[in-house]
Amino acid sequence: MTDALRFDELGCTFRSKRQVTVALDGVSLAVAPGEFVSLLGPSGCGKSTLLKIAAGLVAQTAGSVTLLGRPVREPQRDIGFVFQRAALLEWRSTRKNILLQAEMRDLPRARAEERADQLIAMAGLRGFESAYPHELSGGMQQRVALCRALLHEPPILLMDEPFGALDALTREQMNVELYRIYRETGTTIVFVTHSIPEAIYLSNRVVVMTPRPGRIAEILDVGLPVERDYGTTMASPQLAALADRARALLGASAHQE
Amino acid sequence: MAGSGSIRDTLEGAWRPALFLLGVLVLWSASTALGWVKPYLVPSPWAVVAEFHHDGALLAKHTEITLFETVVGFVVAVAVGLAFAVAIVYSRTVERTLYPLLLVAQVIPKIAVAPLFVVWLGFGIAPKILVAVLIAFFPVVISGVAGLRTVDPELLDLSATMGAPQWKTFLKIRFPAALPQIFAGLKVAVTLAVTGAVVGEFVGANQGLGYLLLIANGNLNAPLLFAGLIVMSLIGIVLFLLIEIAEKFALPWHVSRRRDLLA
Repeated sequence: MTDALRFDELGCTFRSKRQVTVALDGVSLAVAPGEFVSLLGPSGCGKSTLLKIAAGLVAQTAGSVTLLGRPVREPQRDIGFVFQRAALLEWRSTRKNILLQAEMRDLPRARAEERADQLIAMAGLRGFESAYPHELSGGMQQRVALCRALLHEPPILLMDEPFGALDALTREQMNVELYRIYRETGTTIVFVTHSIPEAIYLSNRVVVMTPRPGRIAEILDVGLPVERDYGTTMASPQLAALADRARALLGASAHQE
Repeated sequence: MAGSGSIRDTLEGAWRPALFLLGVLVLWSASTALGWVKPYLVPSPWAVVAEFHHDGALLAKHTEITLFETVVGFVVAVAVGLAFAVAIVYSRTVERTLYPLLLVAQVIPKIAVAPLFVVWLGFGIAPKILVAVLIAFFPVVISGVAGLRTVDPELLDLSATMGAPQWKTFLKIRFPAALPQIFAGLKVAVTLAVTGAVVGEFVGANQGLGYLLLIANGNLNAPLLFAGLIVMSLIGIVLFLLIEIAEKFALPWHVSRRRDLLA
């Protein structure tokens, strides 16, 4: 089976007038279809850059990247992308923000509207269809962004720290819902985060990254049961052991500095 | 949100300036009635009101002309100004070539070149419209460029992942994102367009409020002069309010959010 996403010896170097920054170095990773993979690391480890390279929004300077078996050379459209800030259009209601995806892609109107209503129901946004973004809480804005990213039923979803700006309680709730949506849709998800428990709870595999230059320290196989209750999972010894391992890897990189 | 609440707010906000204006009227009335100022310098408010009554048809005729010049000048300035803004935002070459020239064009006093336009275009309404266009054009370009540039780069990335063509990104993301700033520019531009039309008429005209003002001044007809000034101000205020109403219809999301921020 073709990988959903594959990086081979990927490197990315940014040059400004004053300095050269190696954002990524020798990154190799294959994500299988239907997998949930988290990229975990501190800020500046290049995890967001890696995601943007996968989407074709940033060009790598070394190595290769293939998405759904095709080399990435330009912005990809067979994806759904969720940004850290919801990136909603302030002048559009919830429903119209979600339908932007269909308008930009010239999808059949009736089918798209039906799908949008399904997603609104699934994400718990019923009753907020005609609300503008500034009338929604941060968590709700991210739900709208998620619905928008799922409207065209993309085979792969790329999420760049989508819950980073939310308060802790909302974040837990969003984790539970995202996992449920992942189970329901079966979409491949690549998820960037700097929260260790979030990464472990959601993923099949956690890619631990270290900064300067951005490299993969280790890939952790989560191995938790597919049915994951949030409370039970958080309290489980498996999660604690995995979190310890991740913390050790991240801590080791902090010691080197 | 916007609607009855904002109308009530407008009425509540109107009493202070209304009271102030009433005070000015009383003072004005008193100073002319008590002979503190000569009536050929400052007429009494009642003389001005009487003037509106006597020469209503005359004022209306000249107002119509000035209003026409102002509106045509404004519309042309908006069309040309926004076209320039789009060209500047999308092309580095255009930006480097035109931006400095625009600044030069802006610092040349339009009032000083108005006589030249009369030489070029004659005594008709064309040179007046041209002055109005030139004077109203700059704020449109500046606000257009600033607005089109303020778009969140993530929204452009988002559009790219949707495989949207450039024109769709412009129509559905860049342009609506720029509208609040563009409207701010339009409000400045519309009041300037009135000034432009009147300045054009000062230089060489045989009709329009600017012409009427010169005649009134020459005849020491202070009531007509004041009536003309009041009509000019009213044109500016009415056009400004029309733009505000258009803004409320075009950007309900922005207007209501601004109210939230102020509250």
